[in-house]
Amino acid sequence: MSVPRVFLVDDHQMFRSGVRAELGERVEVVGEAGDVESAVQGIRATRPEVVLLDVHLPGGGGRAVLDTLKAELPDTVFLALSVSDAAEDVIAVIRAGARGYVTKTISSDDLADAIERVRAGDAVFSPRLAGFVLDAFAGEVPPSVADPELDQLSPREREVMRLIARGYTYKEIARRLSISVKTVETHVSAVLRKLQLSSRHELTRWATDRRLI
Amino acid sequence: MAQVDDRLRALSARLLDLPGRVERSADDRVVAGVCGGIGAALGIDPTVLRLALGVLTVANGSGIVLYLLALATMPPKPVATLDEAARKQPSAERAAGVALVTLGILLLFAQLDLLLPAEIVWATAIAALGFALVWTRTDAVDRTRWLIMRAVGGGLLVVAGLAALFAAGGVLSSVGQLGLAVVATSVGVGLLLGPWIARLARDLARERRERIRSEERSEMAAHLHDSVLQTLALIQRADSPGRARTLARRQERELRAWLYGDRSAATTNGEDLGAALERVVTEVEEAHDVEVDLVLVGSAPMEPRLEALVGAIREAALNAARHAGVEEISVYVEVEPDRVEAFVRDRGRGFDPDAVEPGRLGIRESIRGRMARHGGRAEVHTAPGEGTEVALEIARTPDRTDHRAQEPAP
Repeated sequence: MSVPRVFLVDDHQMFRSGVRAELGERVEVVGEAGDVESAVQGIRATRPEVVLLDVHLPGGGGRAVLDTLKAELPDTVFLALSVSDAAEDVIAVIRAGARGYVTKTISSDDLADAIERVRAGDAVFSPRLAGFVLDAFAGEVPPSVADPELDQLSPREREVMRLIARGYTYKEIARRLSISVKTVETHVSAVLRKLQLSSRHELTRWATDRRLI
Repeated sequence: MAQVDDRLRALSARLLDLPGRVERSADDRVVAGVCGGIGAALGIDPTVLRLALGVLTVANGSGIVLYLLALATMPPKPVATLDEAARKQPSAERAAGVALVTLGILLLFAQLDLLLPAEIVWATAIAALGFALVWTRTDAVDRTRWLIMRAVGGGLLVVAGLAALFAAGGVLSSVGQLGLAVVATSVGVGLLLGPWIARLARDLARERRERIRSEERSEMAAHLHDSVLQTLALIQRADSPGRARTLARRQERELRAWLYGDRSAATTNGEDLGAALERVVTEVEEAHDVEVDLVLVGSAPMEPRLEALVGAIREAALNAARHAGVEEISVYVEVEPDRVEAFVRDRGRGFDPDAVEPGRLGIRESIRGRMARHGGRAEVHTAPGEGTEVALEIARTPDRTDHRAQEPAP
């Protein structure tokens, strides 16, 4: 398999060169940008497979990049990357179409792994994102919700999320639950889909509170 | 005459247009900024308006009625800013217009026989003129001598006007003379000093606002200096990457808590579970060169049983930092309505639980014993080379204000 073609979007030049150096030969960095406008232009011009997207960016944030390009470039996948702890920011980029969220303290091996995984079409959940998901999907399903299927996690999905939040890798989860890694990935992708489409009040409340919808 | 007529019409058209557009002036005011606001909007020197109102007031009190009407319909300017662009230049023609309107109203009152006796009108007008002379602000830089002349001249006019007023009223007779002289003097002094005191108070308030703002700024500068700048200096001198990382991580945590602290740590009875966990995590990170990745689901106020849980989590994380030989430890805590579960996990070297020497009290006393005493449970899953996970569970008092139990607002 060829190395993934990656585009870096982060407003800190130092962080971009750090990622570039750490990932080294494992990816091909086809371009980088420090704000929304140049990111949109650069991604349009280079058509990368994976975009590493900072949540906080001058000119509208990572969300603005996603809103502009998601429909236009269906073959490009976005992986959100941030120091931010704020749940509403992270949930907002996921709902805008990012395939996963990792924090900037991630090790370079794990980051290379995550890039490979989103390129293959899977979702990438850091422990922190798994925590946000469990928080958002906790409690009863509000009765007003149209599609209860979308608005709660299955027991198995919940179990997988809890293991991710506890710091388990997909491989470790597979072994512990005696399922294949592929099955773990299926569960995680299903959770991502629910996260993006659910109308649970916690998710929509986060977004409306911040005037994101 | 037709020309004056047109001007009057134009002026009254503007006056009718007043409410909603004209705001009371916050910086050019004697009483409530009504004249200042109207003057600024119409391009009339506010002093002219004030004099006109004063004349109408002493004539028969209608000036006060007009003033109160305007006060009721004009909104106050929200902030004291001098918006020069919105302000029209005062013009002599418009001022003359106001004077004519005032004269017209006076003549009308005279026709209808609604005026007070002429002596009183003149006496009060003189006093009002003196008052205006003393307290009108000039836009040019005030020159001291000119100020003193105006103050003395105005003061004399006020005293003379008041004296004439009392004389005209025939009230300076035998018994009340002394008392009335005192009252007259007090009124005169009050009139002369009142606006000055009011202006002083306004200046003081403005100064205070500015001082608060600059204090906030210097407080922020001091905080950044003591924290971020110091840490940056330490990082430059740090001899190992691990040390630099620990410093940076601690600073990040601290700065984040300072910036966003009030948003998350809002509970009724002091510290909540999240804050207590943050504290423990920071302590472990600082004591050992490890990164502790904390994920908390839900929230809960602290209570004795949760104190025990946090203590056990601390012990488990310290064990991992000391013995596992890893750089990263995961702590996951989930609050459920009736209990709290916690997992402390590392991917380190692990150990054989049966081979732990009896003298080692860490796990048995600080973790298992502590949890058991509070009705909780602790399990340790480990094997050599397999890493370690400590699973903790404790019951909690159901929390009625738990956000998850609430239905969404309709």
